[in-house]
Amino acid sequence: MNQRRGHPQSEPSARSGRGDWLTRPGTIRILWIVFAILLGLTVLAQLLFPADGHFVIDGWFAFGAIFGFGVCVLMVFGAKVLGWIIKRPDAYYDD
Amino acid sequence: MIDVVPPALVLVAGALLTGLTRGMARNAVVLLAPLVTLYFVWQVPDGVAVTMEFLNYTIEPVEGSPLRRLFATIFAFMAFAGTLFAFRQAKWYELAAAHLYAAGAVGVSFSGDLITLFLYWELMAIFSTVVVWCGAGPRARAAGIRYATIHLLGGVILKVGIEGVMVHTGSIEIQAIPLDGFDAWMMLIGVLINVAAYPLSAWLADAYPASSPTGSVFLSAFTTKTAILALILLFPGTGVLIPIGLVMIFYGIIYALLENDIRRILAYSIVNQVGFMVCAVGIGTELAINGAAAHAFAHIIYKALLFMSAGAVIYRTGQNLASDLGGLYRTMPITTICGIIGALSISSFPLTSGFTTKTMISEAAQNEHLTAVYFLLAAASAGVFLHAGIKFPWLVFFQKDSGLRPKDAPWNMTAAMILMSVACIALGVYPEALYALLPYPVEYQAYKAAKVVFYLQLLLFSGLAFFLLLPWMQRTLTVTLDVDWLWRRALPVGWNAGARLNTRVRRWLTVKIGRLSRDTGRRLADALAPWGFLGRSWQIGTSALWVTLMLTTYVVVYYL
Repeated sequence: MNQRRGHPQSEPSARSGRGDWLTRPGTIRILWIVFAILLGLTVLAQLLFPADGHFVIDGWFAFGAIFGFGVCVLMVFGAKVLGWIIKRPDAYYDD
Repeated sequence: MIDVVPPALVLVAGALLTGLTRGMARNAVVLLAPLVTLYFVWQVPDGVAVTMEFLNYTIEPVEGSPLRRLFATIFAFMAFAGTLFAFRQAKWYELAAAHLYAAGAVGVSFSGDLITLFLYWELMAIFSTVVVWCGAGPRARAAGIRYATIHLLGGVILKVGIEGVMVHTGSIEIQAIPLDGFDAWMMLIGVLINVAAYPLSAWLADAYPASSPTGSVFLSAFTTKTAILALILLFPGTGVLIPIGLVMIFYGIIYALLENDIRRILAYSIVNQVGFMVCAVGIGTELAINGAAAHAFAHIIYKALLFMSAGAVIYRTGQNLASDLGGLYRTMPITTICGIIGALSISSFPLTSGFTTKTMISEAAQNEHLTAVYFLLAAASAGVFLHAGIKFPWLVFFQKDSGLRPKDAPWNMTAAMILMSVACIALGVYPEALYALLPYPVEYQAYKAAKVVFYLQLLLFSGLAFFLLLPWMQRTLTVTLDVDWLWRRALPVGWNAGARLNTRVRRWLTVKIGRLSRDTGRRLADALAPWGFLGRSWQIGTSALWVTLMLTTYVVVYYL
């Protein structure tokens, strides 16, 4: 592969300011507000389109939101605990 | 009987021509061969189209059906898109090997008998190994050897099963096999190795990220999905596949969450996504099989798109660790947008191909009242958004300013990514085009308001969890131990310990035996010497006594 040709282009350049608007604190605050509104709307939308509740519990209000958030927290913490046991320095197999 | 041109042979011919041509002619060959193959895929009628005699068996190298055509179509399309992505950057022999690998996948799709299936299966194993070896450095060489070893072993196991079925049933037909004996289990294990079912899955995350940035695009598409087709043809509705699929799903999520190498994150998410398909084959209803086939089709496109965006980043920056990347949206906007489309598709976001295909599997579980399976699949959908949907684009394109300012992808890579992005959205907006190609009639309605609301809640709140838990997901310069630890670390360490013990035992035995033989020799020499017990002169009376005793013993023994 001709990766060598690609490397010099990856050096920091004078154009480092380009696109920085996205990382400004003001923009990030606006993004969080928009995200919060979207989250609220998806929950409220269930009032207009009630869930079928095939398994009863999945018909509860905001079930998808609580379930999605809950299982993600569980998986992240599960991965963290497992990581303590099975993570090794990245040169582990090179020794 | 030969009614059609076997489509796989078109790719084989194209691969041979690739080596014989140069420059523009070679470019034309590599780009046209998959498209011509696609044409011939659609010329294959339903039923057996080619038969021939082979080793006293009548084999059927080409047998058409909607299911087979669907898989062959996506394999040929993928060969084209991958080639478009790679043809200006990859070595010609990598492209030729990738086309032979794709030929194996197309060949398996149309195999009407177990012998043809096995031959194309092995063709895939050989040339996918060559694609892995086209990666740079000793890492690719070592990973390629491990990859070849596990796939050749898998081939042997599959062959044992096929031989057993041929001997015990007298049939080489590809048909649903009940899982009731040694032969069927061997075949299932052989196929499951290619599916990357846990614990036979470590080869995937080991080998794919070691290949070249272009090679991993091809590798992501063929092996696991041909194995899914084999499962659909041979083991539909086999219940044991449901727990196997569920384990794959959560193994993929957890390992991807721990991973730092961007292509290893994607490799683990292949296992995760294929787990959904394995689970669907296990459920086995018409909707579930349709779901498995449709999801395989959509998955090949969005997974290739994700590997393309990762490949473009690695090609431009030379970096493959998430901890070294970040902030690339500034100078790689098209790659960023395409990567995000791939990430939204894998997360089954509404209006993307993942939503219109993966939800078929969930609905199949719901229709069969498999409560635990349904909720585990829903949890996994949230997990996919967590580990691939947000994590991959966030770490690569946003996260922090790594200081890297690479150019956006070269035009051919960009064209391939745009093609795949359009396909992801087209299948999400107009899934009926895909549904019409599925093996069973489709009455499935992808977009129901309540379902869309449920998935939006599930996914967006997973996103909230991701950003709130970011401090818990710091990138670390680590590798995560997998089952391959057994043969990468435990086996060499055990072997060396055994060799050391062997040396020590041999040295001890040599000393002991040497000492024993020396002592024995000295004693014998002493006994035979003129002054020794046997060598000295005895008195005549003593000799006569010994002779008498000997003769008496002889007479007694004789009469007894």
